[in-house]
Amino acid sequence: MTDHDPRSAPAWSRLPGPLPVNHAWVDARLWREIAARCHAEDGRLGSLWGSDERPTGSGFVVHAILVSQEGWHWISLKAGDTNPRFPTLSDLFPEAARQERALFDLLGIGSGAPDTRPWLRHEVWGPADFPLRRDRADAPPAARGADPYPFVPVRGEGVHEIAVGPIHAGTIEPGHFRFSVMGDEILRLEARLGYTHKGVAKRFEAMPLATGARLAGRVCGDSTAAYAGAYAMAVEAVSGCAPPPRALWLRALLFERERVANHLGDLGALCQDGGLAFGLTQFGLLKERWLETHRRLFGHRYLMDVIVPGGVACDLDATALGLLESEGTAVLETTRRLEDIVDDHAGLQERFLGAGRLDRAQARALGAVGLAARASGIACDLRALWPSPPYDALGTRVSTRTGGDVAARVGVRFDEIRESLRLIQAILAQLPPGPVCAPCDRAEGLLGLGAVEGWRGRILVAITRARTSGDHHVHIHDPSWQNWPLLERAAPGDLVPDFPLINKSFNLAYSGLDL
Amino acid sequence: MTIDLVIRQTLQIALVVGAAPLLAGWIRQCRAWLANRVGAGLLQPYRELFKLLRKEPVVACGASWVFIATPYIAFATMAVAGAIVPMMTSRLPLAGAADVVALAGLFALARIFAALAAMDLGTPFGSMGARRTMLVGFLAEPALLMVLFTPALISGSTSLAIIVRQLARHGFILYPSMAFAAAAFVMVALAENARLPVDNPETHLELTMIHEALNLEYSGPHLALIEWAAAMKLFVYIGIGVALFLPWGIAQGRGLATLPVACALFAMKLAVGGAGLALIETLLAKLRLFRVPEFLGIAFLLAVLGLLVRYLVGH
Repeated sequence: MTDHDPRSAPAWSRLPGPLPVNHAWVDARLWREIAARCHAEDGRLGSLWGSDERPTGSGFVVHAILVSQEGWHWISLKAGDTNPRFPTLSDLFPEAARQERALFDLLGIGSGAPDTRPWLRHEVWGPADFPLRRDRADAPPAARGADPYPFVPVRGEGVHEIAVGPIHAGTIEPGHFRFSVMGDEILRLEARLGYTHKGVAKRFEAMPLATGARLAGRVCGDSTAAYAGAYAMAVEAVSGCAPPPRALWLRALLFERERVANHLGDLGALCQDGGLAFGLTQFGLLKERWLETHRRLFGHRYLMDVIVPGGVACDLDATALGLLESEGTAVLETTRRLEDIVDDHAGLQERFLGAGRLDRAQARALGAVGLAARASGIACDLRALWPSPPYDALGTRVSTRTGGDVAARVGVRFDEIRESLRLIQAILAQLPPGPVCAPCDRAEGLLGLGAVEGWRGRILVAITRARTSGDHHVHIHDPSWQNWPLLERAAPGDLVPDFPLINKSFNLAYSGLDL
Repeated sequence: MTIDLVIRQTLQIALVVGAAPLLAGWIRQCRAWLANRVGAGLLQPYRELFKLLRKEPVVACGASWVFIATPYIAFATMAVAGAIVPMMTSRLPLAGAADVVALAGLFALARIFAALAAMDLGTPFGSMGARRTMLVGFLAEPALLMVLFTPALISGSTSLAIIVRQLARHGFILYPSMAFAAAAFVMVALAENARLPVDNPETHLELTMIHEALNLEYSGPHLALIEWAAAMKLFVYIGIGVALFLPWGIAQGRGLATLPVACALFAMKLAVGGAGLALIETLLAKLRLFRVPEFLGIAFLLAVLGLLVRYLVGH
């Protein structure tokens, strides 16, 4: 890690890998300047996190990834050894606010942002207990009293609050939603998450990079392939390893199949929440058969451990290719018919249309990514904007809708199923021959970034290594960081009983976010 | 009172209490078939009731007598309602005890206690469910009364037994006014029984619930009584529908000999009614909450149209 000169312009260095990522060490002034310039150019914050590099003498380090038209910029700032601080970016990028709060909870690096409420801290860790610090004693945390967590109040005659969760009536993940309502109309919604923090980043530090792939694939069960793929990309970048072409094409096949599986499942759940149980069973059947094919051909219904650093762990023969092709054709046909039914069902459309509306300006201001952004008219898709092989050869058509409501998010899902099925057929037809895995065990580089357009949005995995000690830090970023605040904007004005439908139309991650 | 009447009345109450879960199971089974599922079988509601009855009831501290009493009140009112609606025979000793207005009052009594009990503990979902239940209830109730007044006008009495006797005696006559009333009755029955499109009985999403939200704090035998009462309410509603709009085949005579045939006929009508309900629930999505007043407004309008047709056309 080279020292930087705080008075000069940043010294950018291009990182290996398919993405155009430039990295630079910056000081506090440049940190703000570069972020402000990115913001002025309509760029967005990709991710913000920190790591404890005190064993190598760098102190605490804060990293940010900025994504703009001209490419990706990864900036790192040394925040100091004792009482570490860095200038907040949340005034420029609202999506930074919660990441900065989580960063403080994990490492004790303060940002100076006005909102200092805890994010991951749920009455367990002590005030000076920062679990991601490398010198933290491994003692089990002692239970403490309740931390105050003031929600932003809404006052006025007839206004009251409904507190929902973190334990719900159904078997779903924990999240607390605080509604300020007038009768059944939502005036304001604030979510509190972080209930499923389980120390994934800490666990990664103690694991060799090659083994970490198994953990990365288990961060969020519905995006196994995308997470494992992003992790593999990052490991390959620090290992100077190039996976063989066939492996990249097979990975794309897995990404698209995972996308189709999730969209099918979500469409069924959306029909169910709209009261049309017929949709749940029909889409559920399609998804179930799809997952069974995963089990038969890839050994796991949710594709765990199929993507490994260096390539993929399984290959497909001609029979398997034929089977996938015919399955794709059949699913396309059935989905078309179901789409007609959903589109023509007046009662269901009445629920979908106009519910949870998020216009383009709001989505842009909040830094929306992925499916939710596309349903609000923002065509952001890694596969089209920065295509890595084989997407550069395939050419992805990005589906966008302008409605920004539940109907738009349903429409984008249908479009994406069709597009993914088209990509799958193209991949099956053009799959290059050759090996499917390359050795990936030399640790060369210090920084590696992997990014995959998962079904929710872009998933980032950043690996930082220290040359002297060999310690590494893995940061995993789920698109839900950007998209949870969208839900808080989409819900007000709608009715309380419509919230589950709106929530499902985003279907954001809890566990993948809390790590 | 002769022994004959006592047998009839006992049979009827036993039928409503005993067969209500079967009807609920039948509707669920039909819904499963319509959705290409195998389904849990006709007896699943009995298994669930049996499971709940064996459990220990958990009552929140601070719960008042209203909370404890409500399951029993709900069960009792529905049993009484079941006793006065002529289903297999129009000669019921208790049928004269209450007319259609009192019947609507019985349902209102059960609803008010359910809402009070839900608010008793001060949980947000209970209050939300109570609010929504009363919203649906106060719109459904006038519509129900309007529906009942049309056959009352035709037969010249508000007593259900007399209405049924009059209608059944005529043989098959198509009253235009009754067609309007029947359509309105189906809509009211859907709303009153918390079925789609007004409420989704199978949802687990607490924020969308209407009727289920009232029961979130109940457990064990209390919950069993409430579930059972809900099944009985649906049974009674379909029973009223059958009595008013398809009364033919109901036993009129004094002896018990005609009862088995009437009973079989009634079972068939129930099965058809249940299957029809399942079909409606499969085809329709849930309404947005603020569309429910429009839905019930249409029911009210149809019922009033039925009355007007009766006055203007005389049929």
